[in-house]
Parts: sequence; C-alpha cells; structure tokens
Amino acid sequence: MSTKNIEEKQYLLRFKADTKSHLTVMDNDICMTKCPDKICTIFCPAEVYKWEGLRMQVGYEGCHECGSCRIGCPYQNIKWEYPKGGHGIVFRLA
Amino acid sequence: MPEKFDVIVVGAGPAGTSCALVCAQNGLNVLLIERGEYPGSKNVMGGVLYRKQMEELIPEFWKEAPLERPVIEQRFWMMDKESVVQFGYKGLEWGVEPYNNFTVLRAQFDQWFAKKAVEAGALLINETVVTECIVENGKVIGIRTDRPNGEVYADVVVLADGVNSLLSKQLGFHKEFRPDEVALTVMEVINLPKEKINDRFNLEDNQGCTIEIFGDSTKGNLGTAFLYTNKDSLNIGVGTTLSSMIKSKMKPYDLLDYLKTHPMVKPMLAGGESAEYLAHLIPEGGYRSVPKVAGNGVVVVGDAAQLVNAIHREGSNMAMHSGLLAAESVIEAHHRGDFSESTLNIYRQKLYDSFIIKDLEKYKDATHTFENNPQYFKEYVPMMNKAMSKFFTVDGTPKREKQKEIMKSVTAERGTIKVIQDIYRAWKAVK
Repeated sequence: MSTKNIEEKQYLLRFKADTKSHLTVMDNDICMTKCPDKICTIFCPAEVYKWEGLRMQVGYEGCHECGSCRIGCPYQNIKWEYPKGGHGIVFRLA
Repeated sequence: MPEKFDVIVVGAGPAGTSCALVCAQNGLNVLLIERGEYPGSKNVMGGVLYRKQMEELIPEFWKEAPLERPVIEQRFWMMDKESVVQFGYKGLEWGVEPYNNFTVLRAQFDQWFAKKAVEAGALLINETVVTECIVENGKVIGIRTDRPNGEVYADVVVLADGVNSLLSKQLGFHKEFRPDEVALTVMEVINLPKEKINDRFNLEDNQGCTIEIFGDSTKGNLGTAFLYTNKDSLNIGVGTTLSSMIKSKMKPYDLLDYLKTHPMVKPMLAGGESAEYLAHLIPEGGYRSVPKVAGNGVVVVGDAAQLVNAIHREGSNMAMHSGLLAAESVIEAHHRGDFSESTLNIYRQKLYDSFIIKDLEKYKDATHTFENNPQYFKEYVPMMNKAMSKFFTVDGTPKREKQKEIMKSVTAERGTIKVIQDIYRAWKAVK
C-alpha cells in the first residue's frame, strides 16, 4: 500500500473546528531566540506548528489534542486547553 | 437552585464509564460528562481489550458488544533492518468462551459501553468540557463546565479525564509530566478484506492475531510498534517516549511510514487502504508517576492516574478495574455519608491491594532502565538477528564452532563484562 504524507493522513480525519484556538504560543520571542530546533514543529503528530521565519503558525484546526506540545516544549511556552465541548477532532474508528 | 448529583464522572472512557455504570447500578444519582461529540470520539487505543476486567462489569459482554476479533495468537517480533526474529503463542482456547482478549475499535466500543451506563441510570452529557473543579474549604464540591451557567455539584467528583488530566493538575495531585513519562503513539486503521487478513495472518473465520514489534520498528528508540487484526481492517501503530522522539528528532508520522514500508511489514499491508490516522499519548511513567488518587470529595481513575502497564500493553483493563474500585469506594462513602479524603482513601487502599499497583510496582524501574540504556533496543535486537542468521545458515561450519563465533561476536561488540551487566540490569528491571 502507499504511504500517505501528513497532509493526506490528516485528510482522513473529521474535525469540527472551533473559531478560536485552544493552543497558544505564549511568547513568540522564546521560539525565535531560544529554541533553534523548534522541536514542536518536528514531534507534533499533526504538524500543527509551523515556523514561518519570524513567528510560529499554529494550525489548531488539525490538532489531535494529544498534549505532546504542552509537555514537550522545552520552555513550557505553549498554553494548552481542550477545544470547546463537541469541537476539535472526531475519531470515527479506533 | 443548582443541580446536585451523588457522583459526577468526568470523561466517558473505560475508567469513567465503568465507575458511572457501577454507581448507577447501585442506585446512585450519576452524571457522566464527555467532552467529545460522543464517547470514544477523543479516545485512541492500539486495540486490545481484555476480557477479565470487562466481564466483571458486564457478564458475557462478548455476546453483544461491538468487538472486532477474539485474539488467539500473540506474536512478538525482534526486528532488524532486513530480518526479524519471531516468537509467540497461538492457542485455540483463546478462541472460545470465555476468551482472553479482543481487538476493538474504540469509537464504537466506547459508545456502546457508555450506553450501558445510561441504561443503568446514569445521565450522559456529551460535548461538554469540565474547565475546573469547584473547591470549597479544601473539598471538591462540584465542577464548572464550558456551558452557560455550567456549574454542577456532587458529593464526589471522579476524574477520568485521561492522560492529560488537567483537572488533577489543577488540584495539585500531580505536576506536569516530563517527556519521559509519556509515550507519543500514532496509528493508522487500514482497511483490508477479511479473506486477505485471514490468509496473511493464518487465521480462520473471526480469529484474531496481534503482533508487537521491537527494534527497528522504532529505529532502536525506546518504544514499540503493533499490528492488530480487526474484522476487515488492521491497526498499525508505533510509539516511543516523547523524550526519545525529541532526542532523535523524529517526526512520528515519518516513523509510522518507515514501519509501514519496512520490508518485514509491507507485505502484510499490501492492497490496504488507510481509513483513519490517530495520535495519542500513553501514560508510561508507571509506579513512580501515579499521582495522589483520592482527596476530599474527589478520586482519580484510569489514564488520569497513570494506570498503564506498558510492558504488557495493559491499560484499558486497569482503567476499568480502577473505575470499579472507585465506584465501590464511592458507594461505601455514600452509605457512611462521609466523602472526606480518609473515607475515599478506601479507593487508594483497594487500588494498591489490586493487581494494578502490584504490576506497576513490579516494573517500576523498567521504563527508566530501558530509557537510559538504549543498547537493549539499539544493539541487542540486531545482535539477535545476526546470531539467528549465522546459526541457521548452512555453510559447512560445525554448529559448535558457530556457537562460539556467535558468543564471540556478542562479547566483542559489547564487551563481556558489559553483557553480564546488561543481562543483570534487565533482569532486575522486570523480575
């Protein structure tokens, strides 16, 4: 079978996105000046975080709500909440 | 006048639903709150549900629950780049009542299970996030939700809010996890016709098979991969501690694709069609990471209490059993009319007397040992593969000489003393 890149994997899912992000990068300067690896852009399983040269883009709409970014951010720089009730990812199978 | 219940259970996963079911069966007024669109819509599991703990809640559940296949074979693969050493057990006794375990798809199973709690009298409210516990004079007296006027009160609040358990952190029951206390796991459900699954896995009818894969499945990092058979799909997934994922700078979905295209795995999946991709954290800190589990007016169950035995891939069964023990304690507290920490510590006592904490205690050093000694997965698995290859390749070398060569190559790679230390350390961690 063919592998699917992360965009294609994300297309397999149903999301009911809230209008407001449940994920907040608290201080963009920390990402810029202290975190050369921008490690959240690597380990996030849904590629929610993308570094855009000057700021962190947070694609919260595709979040699996796993919590890795909150725990894995070396600077505890991510405020992590649950999306509003009934919103966010909707797993249909497993 | 705000509404008041005997018990509020936060989270309709296996732990919360078990607790709600038993409380409701015993006549308590139960509110079960779920943040997802339906129970299971936020929940992820590799897929093995054990019969024993489920049966204690719903006798003969297999006659009506939405299960995939009873597992009759459990295989273990020690995988290198182009080879694999395999062992396992297959037994037909697991294919008949009362069974040992089943593969399940959680989005379906959890809905069914929560319905059972509702039938027993619990009130299920979906699409509602509990934002905090209401604490008064050092006692939890209710919850605040994200609904308008969303305050609800109860004698006891049961926190079954999963691995992230923001609520038990709010109460100060545990600190934020370290990245080595959780495993980041990703999986795909892959549709494949039943006949193909049965042919490839050597199964008949509805028999199921599970394969746990170590070694190159995680590129030698601390973690495992799995391949489980559903009725007409496969669950394939891989996870490592979040700390390993960070240290090795791996993208989890790249690791999953690496596994899917591995020459030992690829033929098993051929012709399949991806149906869903899922990511979740597994609490793997074990014994030392178990938080405070009872306070004034509150208890913590399931993943929220870190009740997972990573070595034996047991989690949902521990969740269910902890839910049952919590329910028994809440019922006792209800009879006494006392919901203080000292009464609710009945739950703590039951938990620590049960197989749950006993098993976690047995493996309390395992994660730590394997995390700090990467040689077990990185070096020994390839060594095993090389040894088997050498031993079974017929090239005219006498077998005794081969044995000597194999031993020599193992000690040459690690050093004799190191090998002895490694064996002792591993034995100590799992004894």
